[in-house]
Amino acid sequence: MEYTIFILLLPFLSFLTLGLAGMRMKHQVAGAIGTASLLGVTVLSYLTAFNYFTAGRTAEGIYPTLMPYNFEWLPFTNDLSINMGILLDPISVMMLVVISTISLMVHIYSFGYMKGERGFQRYYAYLSLFTMSMLGLVVATNIFQMYIFWELVGVSSYLLIGFYYTKKEAVAASKKAFIVTRFADLGFLIGILIYGYYAETFSFTPTIGALAAAGAMIPLALGLMFMGGAGKSAMFPLHIWLPDAMEGPTPVSALIHAATMVVAGVYLVARMFPLFIGYAPEVLPWIAYIGAFTAFYAASVACVQSDIKRVLAFSTISQIGFMIVALGVCTSSDPHHGGLGYMSSMFHLFTHAMFKALLFLGAGSIIHAVHSNEMSAMGGLRKYMPITHITFLIACLAIAGIWPFAGFFSKDEILTACFQFSPVMGWIMTGIAAMTAFYMFRLYFGIFWGKENKELHAHHTPHESPLAMTFPLIFLAVVTCVSGFIPFGEFVSSNGQAYHIHLDMQVATTSIVIAILSIGLATWMYMRPQQPVADMLEKKFKRLHTAAYRRFYMDEAWLFVTKKVIFRCISTPLAWWDRHVIDQFFNFTAWGAHAAAEETQDMQSGNVQQYAIWFLAGAIALTILLLI
Amino acid sequence: MKEILHFLSEAKYSSFIIKIVIMTLNLIVFIVLALFIGVCSVLAVTTGRILRAATYLLFVLFGTAGIYFQLNYSFLGAVQLLIYAGGITVLYVFSILLTSSQGDKAEPLKSKKMIAGLASTLAGLGICLFVMLKHKYLPSKFVEGELDVRTIGHTLMGMDKYQYVLPFEVISILLLACIVGGIMIARKR
Amino acid sequence: MVQMELYLVVSTFMMFVGIYGFFTRRNLLAMLISVELILNSVDINFAVFNRFLFPGQLEGFFFALFAIGVSAAETAVAIAIIINIYRNIRNIQVKNLNEMKH
Repeated sequence: MEYTIFILLLPFLSFLTLGLAGMRMKHQVAGAIGTASLLGVTVLSYLTAFNYFTAGRTAEGIYPTLMPYNFEWLPFTNDLSINMGILLDPISVMMLVVISTISLMVHIYSFGYMKGERGFQRYYAYLSLFTMSMLGLVVATNIFQMYIFWELVGVSSYLLIGFYYTKKEAVAASKKAFIVTRFADLGFLIGILIYGYYAETFSFTPTIGALAAAGAMIPLALGLMFMGGAGKSAMFPLHIWLPDAMEGPTPVSALIHAATMVVAGVYLVARMFPLFIGYAPEVLPWIAYIGAFTAFYAASVACVQSDIKRVLAFSTISQIGFMIVALGVCTSSDPHHGGLGYMSSMFHLFTHAMFKALLFLGAGSIIHAVHSNEMSAMGGLRKYMPITHITFLIACLAIAGIWPFAGFFSKDEILTACFQFSPVMGWIMTGIAAMTAFYMFRLYFGIFWGKENKELHAHHTPHESPLAMTFPLIFLAVVTCVSGFIPFGEFVSSNGQAYHIHLDMQVATTSIVIAILSIGLATWMYMRPQQPVADMLEKKFKRLHTAAYRRFYMDEAWLFVTKKVIFRCISTPLAWWDRHVIDQFFNFTAWGAHAAAEETQDMQSGNVQQYAIWFLAGAIALTILLLI
Repeated sequence: MKEILHFLSEAKYSSFIIKIVIMTLNLIVFIVLALFIGVCSVLAVTTGRILRAATYLLFVLFGTAGIYFQLNYSFLGAVQLLIYAGGITVLYVFSILLTSSQGDKAEPLKSKKMIAGLASTLAGLGICLFVMLKHKYLPSKFVEGELDVRTIGHTLMGMDKYQYVLPFEVISILLLACIVGGIMIARKR
Repeated sequence: MVQMELYLVVSTFMMFVGIYGFFTRRNLLAMLISVELILNSVDINFAVFNRFLFPGQLEGFFFALFAIGVSAAETAVAIAIIINIYRNIRNIQVKNLNEMKH
């Protein structure tokens, strides 16, 4: 498995090449270099996955955890050191496949979408950097290496979101994304340090004795780590960066917000899952509650947004909520008794990456065609863009949870896990799944059916996207159709042993019926050009609608906290202290030095005789001192 | 008269009286030399005309030579006369003649500068005299009699302990270097 | 014999007169003359200390002798430099020697 190092090296070299020499290249050459390196990464990832899963299980019936590389990088003490290396286990291999696939599709897609953009080479360099750091994150052998790549992901996402750096909103959005996730990472870092202190290692497999002795500190550390994960995965109330991050180029949204960066938090929890189960089982339900609330909140906001990328952004937040809930409802590491959530969360991560990337890329294709993000500029596009239409429909059916598309299988497992945890949680999540189906089809009908904006379309006729953009759509649509039949439990499960997925017919029937009902409702409300029911509801519940449209004022709440509370009560006095005490002290010393120099510069006259007088005076003073 | 001579010739007193006379003479000679040196050195640094300053320096050097003679260091006095008075002063006079024209006179001193110099000098002088007169020296062991030139020669050329052939050679090389350096610096380019 | 301290007083006086001259004279040659006074006073001290305190030895004597030689050398070089300065700026006043200040 030594070739796995190239999975990290190839995108890094591509980043260096494009970053250093990209400006001298033609657009096509730069794009080809980035895409070729990603193709190599994808081939290597598939090869790794194939070799890993065909190598066979150990005697206990689990796939072995391999470390082709693990060298000591920063030794702190004899026991504690930071290592760098590559770790292969079922979830990291699965993530390699997901990330490289989506990233490759985005690379190809960007050929069409970003054609002729200024900074095309820079764009590909950032994409390579992002892919490299995300891959490094998932193969990290220890929590600190994970943190390093975690921050690299943050930096490269900052660069990508702020790609249109001449656009004021993009700059603000990139700063917001970086600061919010950075704030959450503070908790992550503290958690890592506490963990390293008590577990006496940064690796994922600490010695049992040290953890047992640590007592309540390990749940605290894990909780703080979850805070970091919540920041990256846009959990309420740290979700505010994600909708704004839609200012970046749409393929970037597909890469960052569908498959990779936002699931980093889910991956983190999954990675620390044995510790959560073993030493902090009381934290897990809280994680589930946060996830459930986030899922509900985001779904309700998504129902009223008019910007199609915003809808997708909130839908992503909601789906990440599903994954987090699935992890949180686990009560043991046995998939047959309370540990099903782990497998279903990873399964949903996998399928969601595919169909959400498809949705974002489809949205990109639509935006490419009509040059607007607003639903009002669309409507009736099915005539103009058949491929985009069909693939988008497939993705919508998948996310709504309709058999036989991928989302059905993974969502069904999540709901089963939730019902095992408690019926209330199960019904809540089923309701959110219904909302998902409703808002996705509201979006779908709003774009492809509904009232056509003829005026705009006459001015600029929408057209189907070029092959570079439709190929990824078709590819991902095919994957979405078939990936549900992957026997996912054979590869990934909470205790590593093979788990055979069997559909819980009751849950499956319930969810599919509810999904179809929601779709029907959405069809009835939004399919026709006139939408009397929707307008009536909007008028009747005007305040609720406005609140949801304004995302329940979460941004305003944060602004209040930061501007009114933090800035005014903490930063202003600190700034005053800094300016008037600390700065003035240094100003005073500078002024003192300057004044002393002014006074004494006459002594430096260049006149030897004057120097001699001073010399004698000094000698006399010394003599007097000695005499006394 | 005869009685006095007789009195003087009496061995018992004559050596004592001769001693007193010699001491008195020595003291008189010293006082004269000291006054001469003091006055001439002050004049050497205060006179406006540079040639006069060189002349006063010459007088000071003569006075110094007189002190050496009085200490019965005739050889040192002779060297002082030869090298200082004979050599160096001539050098001064030549260079003064080369660099100054006839009526050159130093500008009168600025009072500020003179006060600064005078004050620091007087302070130094006071401190030095204070330290010097307060210090308890070893007991004085003055021995009459001239230093033998043979002894000087042997000590200067000997290689034993307290003999100075090595500094002698070093001085000779130093002088050579100075000659070369002087020529190098002063020659026309 | 005359007391040793009287000789020392004379040499000290001479030394400080030389120092005063070094401080106040503005002609380079006059400053050099002051330096000669200082050197000379030190020579006297060497000879006097040797004569009065260590009559059996000759260190002070030879030190004075060598100091005379060294001062001769020093004078020669200094005068060469002064003549060179004079050739360059046509006078030897200290106040004009500020080229090397910067």
